[in-house]
Amino acid sequence: MQKILSDFIIGETGIVKSVVGEGKIKRRLFDMGITPGAEVLLRKKAPLGDPIEITIRGYELTLRKTEAQLVNMEVKG
Amino acid sequence: MKRFALAGNPNSGKTTLFNGLTGSTAHVGNWPGVTVDKRDGVYKKCAEPISIIDLPGIYSLSPYTPEEVIARNYVLDEKPDCVINIVDATNLERNLYLTTQIMEIDVPIIIALNMMDAVEKRGDKIDAKALETKLGVPVVSISALKGAGLTELMDRAYETSKAPRKGRTVLESGALAHLITDVKIALDGQGVENPLFHAVKLAEEDELEVRAHKDTVNMVEEFKKTFKDDTFGDDFEALIADGRYKYISENFSSVITKKNKEKFASTKSDKVDRVLTHKIWGIPIFLLVLFAIFHTTFSEDFLYLGKIFGFSSLEDLGVNTEALGGKLLACFYDGAVFSPGVIINNLWNNIIVEYAFGWLVDIIAESGMSSWAIGLLNDGIIEGLKSVLSFLPWILVLFLFFSILEDSGYMARIAFILDRMFRKFGLSGRAFLPMIMGFGCSVPAMINTRTLADDKERAATVRVIPFFSCSAKLPILTAVAGAIVATFGVGNADLITYGMYLLGITSAILAVLFMRNTTLKGETPPFIMELPAYHAPQFKNLMIHLWDKAKHFIKKAFTIIVASTIVIWVLSHFSFSWAFLEDEQISESILAQLSMLVQPIFTPLGFGSQLGEFGWVFVVAAISGLIAKENVISTFATLAACLAAVASLNINGLDIEAEEGIGAVQAMINATGIGVPGLIAFIAFNMTTIPCFAAVGTAKAELMNGKSFKGTLIFWIVSSFLVAAAVYTIGSWWWTAFIWAAAIALTAWGVILYNKKAEKNK
Repeated sequence: MQKILSDFIIGETGIVKSVVGEGKIKRRLFDMGITPGAEVLLRKKAPLGDPIEITIRGYELTLRKTEAQLVNMEVKG
Repeated sequence: MKRFALAGNPNSGKTTLFNGLTGSTAHVGNWPGVTVDKRDGVYKKCAEPISIIDLPGIYSLSPYTPEEVIARNYVLDEKPDCVINIVDATNLERNLYLTTQIMEIDVPIIIALNMMDAVEKRGDKIDAKALETKLGVPVVSISALKGAGLTELMDRAYETSKAPRKGRTVLESGALAHLITDVKIALDGQGVENPLFHAVKLAEEDELEVRAHKDTVNMVEEFKKTFKDDTFGDDFEALIADGRYKYISENFSSVITKKNKEKFASTKSDKVDRVLTHKIWGIPIFLLVLFAIFHTTFSEDFLYLGKIFGFSSLEDLGVNTEALGGKLLACFYDGAVFSPGVIINNLWNNIIVEYAFGWLVDIIAESGMSSWAIGLLNDGIIEGLKSVLSFLPWILVLFLFFSILEDSGYMARIAFILDRMFRKFGLSGRAFLPMIMGFGCSVPAMINTRTLADDKERAATVRVIPFFSCSAKLPILTAVAGAIVATFGVGNADLITYGMYLLGITSAILAVLFMRNTTLKGETPPFIMELPAYHAPQFKNLMIHLWDKAKHFIKKAFTIIVASTIVIWVLSHFSFSWAFLEDEQISESILAQLSMLVQPIFTPLGFGSQLGEFGWVFVVAAISGLIAKENVISTFATLAACLAAVASLNINGLDIEAEEGIGAVQAMINATGIGVPGLIAFIAFNMTTIPCFAAVGTAKAELMNGKSFKGTLIFWIVSSFLVAAAVYTIGSWWWTAFIWAAAIALTAWGVILYNKKAEKNK
């Protein structure tokens, strides 16, 4: 099932399909390891619901929902 | 001398390694981006001394953040003899991503595989030998924290630096291999250094490279027309980033043996995190932590034990607080147990500083020097020094707590928790660290804004950092608040202090909102940040922080502050005709005459013309604060000694040397007849106006373009007049609050309307 990362619920895992958007933000997402094929777990959301925290490539990364909207995912299982 | 550069991801232990190699005491913290400028030191245990350059921590060599550009330009232009790439073994995949980029530069490189002990503790294994074979560059396992493996690292780095190395890329088997090879050959033909690195960057269409190699860009454009990838289309930047990560996961998963095969295993750090960033409890816990810090530092009734159990004061118990024993006891207890911060402060001020300087003052007074020399030494320099040194304990205690927050990794979580709120003001949660650091000192806080990727966000943050009342402004707060309570018998000193901190924060928020909607308009910057694993703060690290801070502060006290105290003393004891003036004649001094000239412009703020004959003292104090904020109270102390000599003033009963400058401020109050609103406005003015020399210099360096810096100076002057005028008028005539509220609402409405119109026109 396809889903964007910002719609993930806590505990959900998936594989990165593609990253849209451009320039700075997209490059930053790539540099931090959010590239097609990477496995992602949505670990938690901040108390106010945003930003979110994910586990990717063995470490914790936080990003906002607006940035997570740029990441297309394939939901696992 | 050979030069080795340290490069690596933020929070990979780079600064710890740097300290271990050079014996330096650079600042280390568990927060991505603590090193924001390059620094150097010397390693002496090799065949020859080697200069070590610590570059800022980076994730990539992209052109988008200042740190990345600093690091990249250093390696390309300064051509170090060797790059030591520090790699966090607990996070191999992402760390090697940077390695694959550095490897493309024609420079000898060695990998320092750090935190191997943490990997082993987890029960995992990394085969350093296999890694070395795969990468084709030397790999040495180290533990920067324990100092293990450093000698081997440096010996091998030294060997490595002897032979030149040609850049290699992991993209040679990818879809862009042809393009990269062709561009590289073309660049090589043009005699460009590091052709491979530039070829890859050109293929990425990196802004900096496209500008530098205009003619070669065409090759990329031509190639692009013929190229189509299934996943990425013609997005080469994406293709290259993906190529690197693909290469890493294909080649290096074999060097790691994991004990726990579960991909998203839960660690101890996660368990801590679950509590600290809890959906409901996260924010209350954060507020509690902040409260606990301020309570332990400043409270004179620790844990409210005095209130709860109704302890008796020392006076009621009949203790003689004049004798040394009683004095010592009074440092710890008086009707309530003091908080640790207060105890340290009392011991330092009432015992150490008191006795050390008291002794010196007596010697000087009896030395038989001329009266003006004794006056300069005792009333000028020593009084000034004492008042400055008196708050060294506050600074250190507060700083210790911030270091613990930073070291443990909690600071990064605070940014995570607060981001949503910060975004409302047009900032990211990352802006929180520089701002809260502002409570300690504006200088490191401003330097730290370099971790903010967006220029406009940086400018806005730099401008409001001084509003987060720094530790040097604290004595102004405690002295004036203490004097208000002692003279007028209103309120509670803690409450006034707390209120002023809140006023500073509120002004900062309003100012940021205003700027982000007018002069510094821009998109809300992104917030994509690593959350480092929690770890217990290192005692040694903490002590290094503290020692650094103390050293810096004492140096400042003995240089710039002593110098300005002397200047102020001289200006207040000599007339324009260079005649020495006795204390009583202070009104004729150069200082008084000059200040009287500018005094009228402070009238709307409550400490201008309405204060009469001696009103200029507040103006002098505020102006001397531009040199260093510590000067405000030391100026009061110097001037109070003069005013006390004017017998007609009813201040003889006051102890003007009383602790923390309260007596000095009381003397000012009696001499000028200033009221509470004027005094509060005076604090507000000092909090929001142009900060000290050092901070102004830092702001200038950080803002880089001159226009923005001039704007910043104007911003500080305007905001301090507005805030102080608001405080004074509302304090004097409560109904003016409505006028101010209406003015703010009108401005907000005007800005919104204007922005809407501008958007329509677009």
